[in-house]
Formats: sequence, C-alpha cells, structure tokens
Amino acid sequence: MRHLAWAYLAAAYVFVFLPVVVLVVFSFQDGRLPVPPFRGVTLDWYAKVLADGKLMAALWNSLVVAVVSSTVALILGFLAAHALARVRLPGSALMRGVLIAPLTVSYLIIALGLLNLYTQTGIRLSLWTAGIGHVVINLPLCFAITYAAMGDHQKAAERAARDLGAPEWKVLLLISAPMLSAPLAAAFFLSVTFSWDEFIIAFLLTRFDVTLPVEIWSMLRSGLSPATNAVGSLVFLVSVTLVILLELLVFRRAK
Amino acid sequence: MSLAARDRRLAWGLLAPALLWTAAFFILPFLGMVALSFAHMEGRQIVHGFDAGNYVRIFTDWTMLKALINSLEITAVVTVISIVLAYPLAAIIAFRVPVRWQRLALLLAVLPFWTSYVVRSYSWLLVLGQNGVVNQTLLGLGLIAEPLQIASTRAATVIGFVHFFVMLLTLTIYANLIQLSPNYARAAQDLGAGRWQTFAHVILPLTLPGVVTGAFLTFVLCIGDYITPQILGGNAELTLPQLIMLQLGRSGNFPLASALSVILMAVVTLAYVTSSRWLRLDRV
Repeated sequence: MRHLAWAYLAAAYVFVFLPVVVLVVFSFQDGRLPVPPFRGVTLDWYAKVLADGKLMAALWNSLVVAVVSSTVALILGFLAAHALARVRLPGSALMRGVLIAPLTVSYLIIALGLLNLYTQTGIRLSLWTAGIGHVVINLPLCFAITYAAMGDHQKAAERAARDLGAPEWKVLLLISAPMLSAPLAAAFFLSVTFSWDEFIIAFLLTRFDVTLPVEIWSMLRSGLSPATNAVGSLVFLVSVTLVILLELLVFRRAK
Repeated sequence: MSLAARDRRLAWGLLAPALLWTAAFFILPFLGMVALSFAHMEGRQIVHGFDAGNYVRIFTDWTMLKALINSLEITAVVTVISIVLAYPLAAIIAFRVPVRWQRLALLLAVLPFWTSYVVRSYSWLLVLGQNGVVNQTLLGLGLIAEPLQIASTRAATVIGFVHFFVMLLTLTIYANLIQLSPNYARAAQDLGAGRWQTFAHVILPLTLPGVVTGAFLTFVLCIGDYITPQILGGNAELTLPQLIMLQLGRSGNFPLASALSVILMAVVTLAYVTSSRWLRLDRV
C-alpha cells in the first residue's frame, strides 16, 4: 500500500511534467522539428525569438495590459470589498453576487458580449478594449480575495483611525491597505498571471497590436517549430518566477 | 446628516466604480448578446427583431446539435477522469508526504499549471503527434509498427484537458483535506472502522463540498474552452466554442454565435443549479 502511494505520486509527476519537459528540451533542438530524435543542443532558437520584433512587441503589450488591467481591477475590487465589509447596505448580498458573477461565465461569452458592444458603439479594437475585458474577469477575483481577508481585527483598527479624525482616504491608504498587503499582493499577482496568459478575450478584442498568447497562436498556424518551444519556455520561466516570488514574499511572510 | 447615513453614502461611493464597471462591461453586453440572439442575418446584414430562428436551427441542424453533444460528452468525461486521478494525488500529498515537504510537493505537482495556456496544448501536440514522443518511443521499442493516430482525435483533447484539471483539482481537494481535523479519522478508527471504511464513510463525505466545487469549476472552464479542442482535437469534430468561433470568423454570423453562447450559458447555469446544494464558491 505504501509503495503503491509513492508509485502513484511518481506517475502523477511524470504525467504532469511530461509536456513541459518535452517543450523545454526541444527548445534546444538543433534541427527544424521539435520532435525526437534529439539532434543536439543549440541556442539559435532563443536568439531567433529574442530578435523577433513582433514577438517582443507582443510580449511588451502583454505585460502592459496585464499590469494596467490588474491595477484597475485591484483598486475597484479593494474599494468595493472595503465598502461591503464595513457598512451593512440594503441588498449587499445581491451586490456581492453581481460582483462575483463574471467568475462563473466563460471567457468566450464575455469576449463575445464586449465585441458586440464595441461594434455597436463604434469603439475601435485595441489593446485597451482587451484590457477592459481583463478587468472584467479579474475584478471578481480581486474583490473576493480582499473581501475574504477583511477581519474584525482590521475593522477595529480602521474604526480607531476614524475616531481619531482620519479622513476615509487616509484610513484606506494608511491603515487598510498596509494591513491587507499580503492578500492585495496575492490578488494582484494572480490577476497579472491570468491576464498575461489570457487568450480568447485578447484574440477577439485586439486588432493590430496583439498580446503574446495571440502572437503565439499565429505562430502555431505555420506548424511545429522549436521557435515556439523557445517562446513557450521563456513564458514558463517568467510565470514560474512570479509564482515563486509570490510564494516567498507573500505567503512566507503571512505565516 | 447622521453618522450612519454619511457612512452609507461613503460606502456607496466606494462601491460605485466596481458596480458601474460590472454593469457597463459585463451585464449590459450580456443582455445585448441575448437580444442579438433573436436577430437574424439577411445576406451580410444583421436584422434586429424577435426571431427564435437561431434557436430552432441549433436544435434541428445536426452539426450544431452534435457540437453541443460533443461538448457535453467531453466535459463529462474530463470532469470524472480528473476527479478520479486528482483525489488520490491530493490525498497522498496530504496524508503520506511529511508535513514539511507538503507545500513543496504540492507546488511541484501544479507547477506546469503556470505554462502559457496556448503553449500547454501545443506541448501535448509534441508528445502525442504523429512523430511525437509517444509514437517515437513506442516505435523505437517495437511495440507498434505504425504510428498511432492520437492527435486530432477526441482522446488528445481529453488528455490535454485532464492534464490541466488534475492540477486544478489537486489544489482544491488538497485544501479541503488538510482542513479536516485528524480527530474524525481517529474517532472512526477507535470505533472499529477499517482504513477503507474510514475513507468511504468519513473522509469522502466531509470533502464532498470541495470536490463538487472543483468539479463545477472544471465543468465551466472545460465546456467554454476553445484552444484545447482546436489545437489537440483539430477539426475532426466540433465543440460548442469551436462552432461559435466558426460563426464569428467565417460567416460573421453574430446572431447565431450569440444564440450558441446563450445555450452555453444555459448549460453552465444548469450545472450551477444542480451542484449549488454542495457548492462553496467562497471557499475555493
């Protein structure tokens, strides 16, 4: 029974890591195709990818959209969570529901709805129109994470600050935000990783300037290539670095 | 003005931006989409009105109905396989791996979760393709004479999905398992329950809400996904999202795409209602 458990764990790791290992290994392939046999190690594909202007522009676009849309989502979500956690309002359960609702809707539907809205109002597609969609999907996340983190201890500190005459913006900025720095950071990083990797909204709602997943998608159309492996490996490296930073900076300290 | 009234006004002020954003960019477009689903096309022109023709077409045109059935079948299979694979994995990490290594074991088990979403399906293509790793290995070992056709079949789509959702479910189920007090299992064993009985009658029912929540998330994300079936399944068979994208791209038929999306939405809502008894979305 004990051996069976370890064998299962090992098999699970193999299954989970198989595609990633294949991706990374064949990004160094000294040949045209990223499939066996492995013909030796080269860094050419990385050089090619890093010198690709369109790809680097898409990477930059992705970062800008991710950071800006996550910042907006975090601010809106945090303010709403602060309001709902602090005051009992009529219909607050309904409002929580409305704010969380986009979480249960497929991204495709959100994208299609927005595409239709933009077409009818004559708004031209750009990185910003996709960014609006990313705020829609990340706002519920930021709201839920910060709302769940607000406790009595924090409410007491806020009340004390208010009693001492602090205006509300000072309470938010100097008391609430610092006390919630861990969940705020977690919500922000999570939003950034979701937005930076999101495909369907970015695909339907951008036109000339595109984000990285959309650019990778158009690379796929020309078939298998170690260059795609190289891009994929770089993206993986960035995401994993973000996750490890989050783990070390936020969760370690929170314990 | 009383203090309470001022507080309430301030709270509304803080809430307004988030509510307005959600109303303008989520609720309004959604209602617009529902309205558009009752429009129809004349040539390349959208004619607004109240016409249930799109819905009639979806349920009478076999291509469309088949896409809905494909989506439901794939999603059901993926959800079941993923739970069956993820539960033991989460349990082994929670109960067998020493506590100080658990976080690392879990982090490793879900690390590929963070590969780019488009790239993840592409990577499976390298593994499952005609001259991919699996076929080359089996050919090299002499186990098969001809390469197996895995890519561009439903099996490839299912494998790609299961890979992703096993990681997601391992996370949610693990979170549930470690929240259980060990006293439950101890009490059951003191009362003479064997290992299996303890699991079946105590641990499993207690973690059911977590499993159902994970299953619901899997269902929603899987049935609405375009990339995985498009890259791995190819065009051998269509899923609902693929059909929606086809309507948008090839024919620019927004009304039909909207109607298909409303159906997709209805299926998800149905899944939500069915599972809502056990659902704990706030505890994910």
